[in-house]
Amino acid sequence: MIPELGHFSLILAAGLSVLLAVLPALGAGRRNPMLMASGAPLAAGVLVFILLSFACLLYAFAQDDFSVRYVAEHSNTALPLYYKIAAAWSAHEGSFLLWTLIMAVWTFAVACFSRSLTLDMQARVLSVLGLLTAGFTFFLLFTSNPFARNLPIFPLDGADLNPLLQDFGLIVHPPLLYMGYVGFAVPFAFAIATLTTGHLDAAWVRWSRPWTTVAWAFLSIGITLGSWWAYYELGWGGWWFWDAVENASFMPWLAGTALIHSLAVSDKRGLFKSWTVLLAIVTFSLSLLGAFLVRSGVLISVHAFAVDPARGIFILIFLGLVVGGSLVLYAFKATATKRASSYSWSSRETLLLVNNLLLSVAVAAILLGTLYPLLYEVVTSGGKISVGPPYFNTVFLPILVLLFLAMVFAPQSRWRETGVKQVLGKLMPVLAVAIFIVAGLTWMLELPLDPVGFVFQSIAVWLLFTLAGDWWLSSSTKKPLSASRLGMLLAHSGIGVAILGVAVTVCFSEGQDLRMLPGDVTSIQGYDFRFDEMTRVAGPNYMADRAQFSVSKNGQLVTHLYPEKRVYHVSRNVMTEADMDPSPLRDLYVALGEPLGGSAWAVRLHVKPFVRWIWFGGLMIAVGGFITVCDRRYRNFAARQPVFYDEETNKQMNTR
Amino acid sequence: MNVVTPNKAGVRLTKRLLIPLVVFVLLVIFLALGFRLKDAHLLPSALINKPFPEFALADLLRADLTRSRQAFIGRVSLVNVWATWCPNCLIEHPELLRISREEQVPLYGINYNDDADKAVAWLQRHQDPYVFSIVDDAGSLAIDLGVYGAPETFVVDAAGVIRFRHVGPVTPLVWRQQIRPVIELLRRRAESDASNKKNDA
Repeated sequence: MIPELGHFSLILAAGLSVLLAVLPALGAGRRNPMLMASGAPLAAGVLVFILLSFACLLYAFAQDDFSVRYVAEHSNTALPLYYKIAAAWSAHEGSFLLWTLIMAVWTFAVACFSRSLTLDMQARVLSVLGLLTAGFTFFLLFTSNPFARNLPIFPLDGADLNPLLQDFGLIVHPPLLYMGYVGFAVPFAFAIATLTTGHLDAAWVRWSRPWTTVAWAFLSIGITLGSWWAYYELGWGGWWFWDAVENASFMPWLAGTALIHSLAVSDKRGLFKSWTVLLAIVTFSLSLLGAFLVRSGVLISVHAFAVDPARGIFILIFLGLVVGGSLVLYAFKATATKRASSYSWSSRETLLLVNNLLLSVAVAAILLGTLYPLLYEVVTSGGKISVGPPYFNTVFLPILVLLFLAMVFAPQSRWRETGVKQVLGKLMPVLAVAIFIVAGLTWMLELPLDPVGFVFQSIAVWLLFTLAGDWWLSSSTKKPLSASRLGMLLAHSGIGVAILGVAVTVCFSEGQDLRMLPGDVTSIQGYDFRFDEMTRVAGPNYMADRAQFSVSKNGQLVTHLYPEKRVYHVSRNVMTEADMDPSPLRDLYVALGEPLGGSAWAVRLHVKPFVRWIWFGGLMIAVGGFITVCDRRYRNFAARQPVFYDEETNKQMNTR
Repeated sequence: MNVVTPNKAGVRLTKRLLIPLVVFVLLVIFLALGFRLKDAHLLPSALINKPFPEFALADLLRADLTRSRQAFIGRVSLVNVWATWCPNCLIEHPELLRISREEQVPLYGINYNDDADKAVAWLQRHQDPYVFSIVDDAGSLAIDLGVYGAPETFVVDAAGVIRFRHVGPVTPLVWRQQIRPVIELLRRRAESDASNKKNDA
């Protein structure tokens, strides 16, 4: 009964989202305020019914209702309750319902916080969002119904959640990631709505900025969590694999980063407007493309969902209609922009243009690398090729160096024109200090010299020093830092921290795979790893062989580590559960391989300096994004706007 | 995808604005072509594309005969795991009988964790759709196959490789939507392979 209720609510939500797509747009076209005002209540209705539907799915999981096929395939009675709940979004159907729910949340948020928009604009934006929601709900109903039953014969117990996914990461990673992906629908909707009005003016840029930044901040957390999860759960100590699905989340992030900066230029200086519209379309398109890549099975990846050709076809057609339609609209309507003002080569505009170019090139390169195996297969009809980290590192690192240079200079630059000598005079000594410190530390700690690593470490330190100096100078004056400037400094510092973490970890990590017997001791970078003993422990739904390692330095005990080899009862999957001792300066990491006969085990030991900085930097980036949105100027913009753009119609409305 | 740079002089040419659209259309065409190649992906599960496990087990009705995986080689066939204690096996039985009568695909049975006398009686009572059934009373083959309950049905191609697995009863719907497309796909592939070889020769 409850699953049917969930299914029925989903159908109602689909119907309401069709109304949301049609009615407000119709109102905007016919200048009918009643129809236009229907957007907000319809958005609320869509949210209520999708929420109800999602709650029904969670209930089915919590109640172990194995007559629902999706529950039977992804849960089990022995699973702890929080994993039962999270299992709801562990596979395609439920995760897409979550995706749609988040879409409805964003739509409702736009309806709530768009009082500063003209009613006309609000109606158009909500209609675009309604159209997308309608597409998503139809996708669920026609190809991926999570409420399908296993009747009349259903299993007594479920097939269990994949043990890889039985982790805290599953609970938080997908919702945050989807907040980001789907959030880019909002600037997309603003861009499309603006194109349909034909007024590519400053207002839509101002409206889009906070939404873009919030979505981008969520995506930053989502990617950071994903990387952290990969590190401790599947990575064998790795934290980024250039896997197709990782790239699918990284491309919208890069495009979103470009969009944030290009919005800033359009907002402050009225430049790049047409380009900004295009970026807004591209960013969301990359989110949809990511969904296609993950859910169609067209690329092979650890993240890919189970495959059904109907789904791939649906998403591809949806992608074609939405993005193709948008780009047609763009081609015909974006011409209305005119250039507003001029800027010199040394201006902030130029640096942000460089930023946009570099980020776009990065996106294009990653897109090419991600799709190349597919292109190759098409061209050679069936040939296989894989594009791995060597390609991505080779292409991405030089772009990153240039981006860094732009990042060092841009916050110190001015609009229109910058005093080049003055800025260079300020920044070059800092560079000298940064190089001196990095070189000094490398020499003092007797570390091996890696040229590429050295360049990145130096630039990252340089960037962090300039940002810190900027912050210190601003805070020593009377005028307090604006939230947007503070957020910018924090987000940029986050990039510096993350890249410094990457550069140090990659250069100075040390690891060994070896055979150890209880009592054996191995030393890495001054840490003595002693294999004490093996014990057998029982978890809620698994049995584990647990090793105890004591790690000591100079005879002083640092910590005990307990890596496990687990066998899950239901699926009989064997899982390696690594253990690590995290600290800001280094991680100690132990994972168990295979038993090698007798009491010997294959063991992997790692000392990874600065690895935490990568994720700490990621969090700083996200927090920076959220702080920016608190800026006062977004609140000052809250006054109610007239209903329409043109004065004529407004007068008519008032006299009526 | 978006390496279009903004024109410094403001964008006036409509042609220029068409570039993203053209790039996108090319991208979608490639995605569609790539996606079409992936029909092999409609075959999920861990055992997929692995050879059917080796076995040497007795024939249920002719206990003197020992069967091996050689029997499955040469043409696309169906292997069905069944038992008398399994209610769902009775449910799928009419469809299996229909398949054995009407469809041009040999159907083999694995009698799993069962009593041989009861199994023979069961086949006499409900009719026998199988070319032959093998006795897996210890469940060793079923373990190799990763069977977690009866009934399960496998599609094995002419080379003896498992290409599809269905868990649960084979209903007419399952046959139409899942199993028959796989069999047809495998046959089409075998034909195109054969013609390729002929061309090569």
